[in-house]
Parts: sequence; structure tokens; C-alpha cells
Amino acid sequence: MQIIKDRRIVEDHWRRIDMDQPAGTGDIIVPLTRWQAEREALIARTGQVGVLMAPDQPPELIADDLAHLALVAYEFPSFKDGRPYSHARLLRERHGYSGEIRAVGDVLRDQIFYMARCGFTAFEPRADRDIKDALAALGDFSQTYQPAADQPLPLYRRRH
Amino acid sequence: MYKYDDHDRAILADRRRQFRDQVTRRLAGRLSEDEFKPLRLMNGLYLQLHAYMLRIAVPYGLLSSDQLRKLAHVARTYDKGYGHFTTRQNLQFNWPALDKVPDILDELAEVEMHSVQTSGNCIRNITADPFAGVAADEIEDPRPYAEILRQYSTFHPEFSYLPRKFKFAITGAVQDRAAVQFHDIGLRLIRGADNEIGFEVLAGGGMGRTPMIGKLIRPWLEKRHLLSYVEAIMRVYNQFGRRDNMFKARIKILVHELGVAEFRRRVEEEWAHIRDSGLLLDEAEIARMKGFFTAPDYEEITGADAGFSQKKQADKAFAKWAARNVTAHKMPGYAIVTLSLKAPGVPPGDVTAEQMEHIAELADRYSFGELRSTFKQNLVLTDVREADLYDLWRALRRHDLATPNIETLNDIICCPGLDFCALANARSIPVSLALTEHFENYDYLYDLGELRLNISGCINACGHHHTAHIGILGVDKKGEEFYQITLGGAPGNDAAIGAIIGPAFAASEVVGAVDDILQVYLEGREEGERFIDTYRRLGADPFRERVYANN
Repeated sequence: MQIIKDRRIVEDHWRRIDMDQPAGTGDIIVPLTRWQAEREALIARTGQVGVLMAPDQPPELIADDLAHLALVAYEFPSFKDGRPYSHARLLRERHGYSGEIRAVGDVLRDQIFYMARCGFTAFEPRADRDIKDALAALGDFSQTYQPAADQPLPLYRRRH
Repeated sequence: MYKYDDHDRAILADRRRQFRDQVTRRLAGRLSEDEFKPLRLMNGLYLQLHAYMLRIAVPYGLLSSDQLRKLAHVARTYDKGYGHFTTRQNLQFNWPALDKVPDILDELAEVEMHSVQTSGNCIRNITADPFAGVAADEIEDPRPYAEILRQYSTFHPEFSYLPRKFKFAITGAVQDRAAVQFHDIGLRLIRGADNEIGFEVLAGGGMGRTPMIGKLIRPWLEKRHLLSYVEAIMRVYNQFGRRDNMFKARIKILVHELGVAEFRRRVEEEWAHIRDSGLLLDEAEIARMKGFFTAPDYEEITGADAGFSQKKQADKAFAKWAARNVTAHKMPGYAIVTLSLKAPGVPPGDVTAEQMEHIAELADRYSFGELRSTFKQNLVLTDVREADLYDLWRALRRHDLATPNIETLNDIICCPGLDFCALANARSIPVSLALTEHFENYDYLYDLGELRLNISGCINACGHHHTAHIGILGVDKKGEEFYQITLGGAPGNDAAIGAIIGPAFAASEVVGAVDDILQVYLEGREEGERFIDTYRRLGADPFRERVYANN
């Protein structure tokens, strides 16, 4: 599957597994509950681990685990659910997380610019949409007024 | 007023390009209506009963004469020759074609106007005291802070998909003319210890189906912390506001369900993390913004204008208008003039393209080329010399803009209702027209004194019926339009939510019921007592008894 990562279209190597699937080898993304239940085993295995979070699961739940997590994915059950925007900012700005933050679910080009500003670096656009359009949308705005994860200063402090 | 620089222009150009592309994709069928809806709403474009409706932002109600001329041009070229001022100080066009909307936005951009965030679950147009900068009771002009907030909230990446819409109002005066207690966030500039000026922060007010008066969240906030504190409130709301039921999704429900103390605790906890971040407002930025809202070049006038009082004596009609539509100005020899958009027979808030052009001309000639819109759906010329009032009045009269009814029963706030709105349960405009027609005797109207009557065509309360002394709410009963009456609401310092007096009335009974209510007031009032004060003293019972005895 192709995804957008660090502003490029790339082949995704992460495998998403649910509660019961064997972890196997390689890099995997597990639901938060599995991470919490099998934390030590998941850390001990070879291959990187990422965790899949729902919008009602704030980053505080994994704040102490971030050193072990190469990826945090936030699910957008609907693009209208704006909670993950706050979660991503907190991951970056409060918890200092520098790994991949991935947007999954109802991910559409019209929201991608905002997601990127909040700290998302990877996107799985909805399967029925053209990923190239989504990539282009990362350039929707050339300037921004307010600070966010991508820019600590408001525009007025950067005005000439 | 605020002037765009290259950054502002670039951001707006990017937005127009983005929206034009969204419209193109919609027209080509590459976006479903379901997907397009939140995108167009974020740009003020609604799909109403008969057509699209485009809502243009008028930030904190401030307009230049050139902007008004452009709106007149758009009304004539792309719409049916008129526009409608709303209770958020914005202007709506009722009949634009979807494929022309990007062109309209290009035209508006020429005068630094747009429709950004006039709808959608984002931070909406920020409203302010329409007398900002000129009111005699002002502590500080709120407009620089309104503009700071406008920029902060424009395309905010974190707060564009909130649980529900979010409205700010700000005032810097003693008298609240911005209904700050009925907003998601209400801000008041106040004087604190050592004469320093800062903010009082309210949150959780609102109307709609669950009207609530805003709660005091922070009694004192230093100006430099304005944005960080606002961001803390927004973040708590974005994370914890309800998303399971759109009728319980506004911040007022969150504040209510958590309780003020717990809500405040969460906000303060969040704020502690970000108060010294890049959001910290520096003195230079506040000063820069203040530079856009300096006083115009007033003449030095000593004492009241003698001609003004002579003209009032000589011309009774002028005197009536001056008594109702002219307000004291902070500068001697100047006056604030409210242009009534409530002429008999005209839907409240409607203005024709011709009227817009005349108003623009009069603003240039008499008021430094600027004007204001009010949440009560009127327009204001803020800086008129008293010596010019008579000429201005005669010019306004020629264009049906001098109806002397401000703050009277006929100064009705009214939503578009079922004549236009896809959400409405009942028509509201015909009710307002029937009332103004019935109460056409101005001596009677003046005898009734200050009276606020507002009409909403549905429970969403766009017509602010909750905050009216006499509120009228359209409801649907088995496919028929009925109207509930509430009494005792008020929007200002004495904020109150009106209470329903009893069963709803058929459309044909509304005028009679209002008549009965007024009779009880006239019989029961004490010398000089306003309707609302009589109601508060007597309670609802005498009003209720009379209304239902006669209906």
C-alpha cells in the first residue's frame, strides 16, 4: 500500500495487526489495548512497534512509552472528528515525540494541510482517493497565522 | 481599520484557490455532497430551501465604504439586488449560483473581504461592540484584540473540526452591546488593580435549544496572555466536548456538565503548559494592531451644536429620529447614528444594492468612510458631526433608512426563517412584518419605550428570541406553523433568558397576544419604568392570564 510519508509517496512496510493476530516479525502497528497488555513482549521482539490510537485515547496514555514506539497512528473514524489534531500537537509539543505520527481512517486531502501542521508526518489517504492529490494538498497554504507543531511562532513575529 | 499586508493577501489567495478547486471537484462529481458540505460550510456556503446562500464575513462588524460598494456590486451582479445583515454582523446573499461563488470571492478579495469561517464547526466571525472606539462608556477599544483573535483563529489547524461551531464576542465598554454573556467565549476589557486594563473571560454562554448565560472562568487575564488562555479553552473543548450528539456539542454543555470549577481547573492546567509559549502577545504586536484603529481626524468642536437643537425644535420628525437613532459620542460635537434596517414592509436586516451605494456615499461624506453592522441587524455611522445630522437625516430618509425605531418594539431581530432557511420550522419574516404593520403608530411605539422583540423561526434561535423582552419562537405542530412567546430575556449587562408563557399561538394570533402583553405593561408600569423592569417586578402571571383569557 502506498502512503504519504515525510512529504513523499512511499510504499508502506508497516503491518497493522489486531488483538489476536500473531505479532510475527517486522514492523507492526498494534491497538493501544494490545500494547498495554503485551508491552514487555512487544518491546522484546525484533522489529519496531507502533500503536494505533482512537480519538478518545489521549497521548497521556502512552506518554511513558514513547521511547519504545517508533510510530503513533491516530484513527479518524470520520474526518469531522477533530480530536486527533490536539493529540498530535500534544505528542509533539508537550511530550517531545519525534517518531512518525500517522493519520489513518477517513483521511482526505482537504484536511491534510491542517494535520501536517499539528504534527502528523504520515498519511494513509482513503483508498478511493488519489494519493497524488493528497500529496499536493500539503502545499495548500504558503503561510500560516498561528503557532502549531510545525512553527512555534505566530506570523506577526515573522512579519518583516 | 485593519489593512492587509502581503501575508494576509497570500493566505486569502491560497484559500480562494483551494475553494475554487473544491467547487470544481464538486461540480465534476469527484466530491460527494456529504464530503463537500463541511468544506463549503467552512467558507460560508449553505444549501438553503431554494438556493445556495453565501455568508460574507464582516469582522467585528467593521466595513469601509468601498467594501459596501463592492457588496452592492456583488448583490447586483450575482444575486437578486439585495443582501441581508445577520445577527453575527455578517452579510448574506440568498441566491448565488454555486459555479459563480469562486468569482464572487475573487471580487470580494479586491476589498479584503471573504467568507472564511462564517459557518462550520470552527471559530466563527468574532463580533464586537458596534460602538467600539467611539462610545462614551468605553474602557478600551476592543477592535485590536478582535483582529488579533481573527488572525489567530483563521485556518487554525487544531480547531477547524471542533465538536460544534464556536463564537467569540468582545467588548471594551461598560454597557455590553455585544451580548458577551451569550457566547461560547465572551471577553470584556476591564480595569484591574493599578488601573491596568485586562480581560474578564466568560465561557459557556449561548442560545440555541439550550440557552445559557456564560460563566465567569477567569475574572482577570493580562492582555499578553489572551491567546494562550483562549487556546487552553479551545483545547479543553476540542478534546472533551461531546461529539455523540450534535445538540449537546456546544461548549456550554461541557461547562455545564463538568461544572465551572472542574472546567476552569482543566483550562488552567492546560494553560500552565502554554502560557509562555509563542502565543505570548508582545507589546509591539498590540501596539501595531492599535495603530490600525486610531481615531479619525476629528475637528475640534467645543460645546453642542446650536443648529442641531434648533433643527430639532423646528422639525418634529427630525427630533423623533434624533431621539431614537442618535447616540452620544465620546467627542464633543460628534454623534453616533444608527441607520434602521427595519423600515415597515422590509424584512429586518435586508438592504438593497442601491441603499448600500447610498450608505457608502453618506459614510464618505459624513463619517470618514467607515460604518458598522450590529448584531441587532442595523448599520451605524460612528463619527458624524452634530452639525451634519440634519442633512444626513434628510438623505437617509430619501432611501428609507431613517425609520425612527431603534430600540423600540419595531427594531425586531429576525432570522430568515422558513422563507429561506432549510432548518426553520416556521416563517419569521411575515410575523415581523405583521407586527411592524400593526404597531405603526409611532406615538404609541415611543410610549412603550425601550423594548426588544426578537423572532426565531426555529429552536436554533438565530433570531435571538431567548434574549428578547418579548421573544417569539416558530414551532412546527403537525405541519402547521405555531409560535411560542417568551418573556423576560435580555442580551446586555442585565442578561437573562426569557421564559415561555404558555401554549403556542397560531400565526394569526401572535399580534393579538403581543398586544395583550403590552396592555398589561401599560396598565401596570410605574413612572418611567421599562417593559422589562415591569415584567421583572410583576412576574409572568398577569401577562399570562391576560394573553390566555383573550385567546
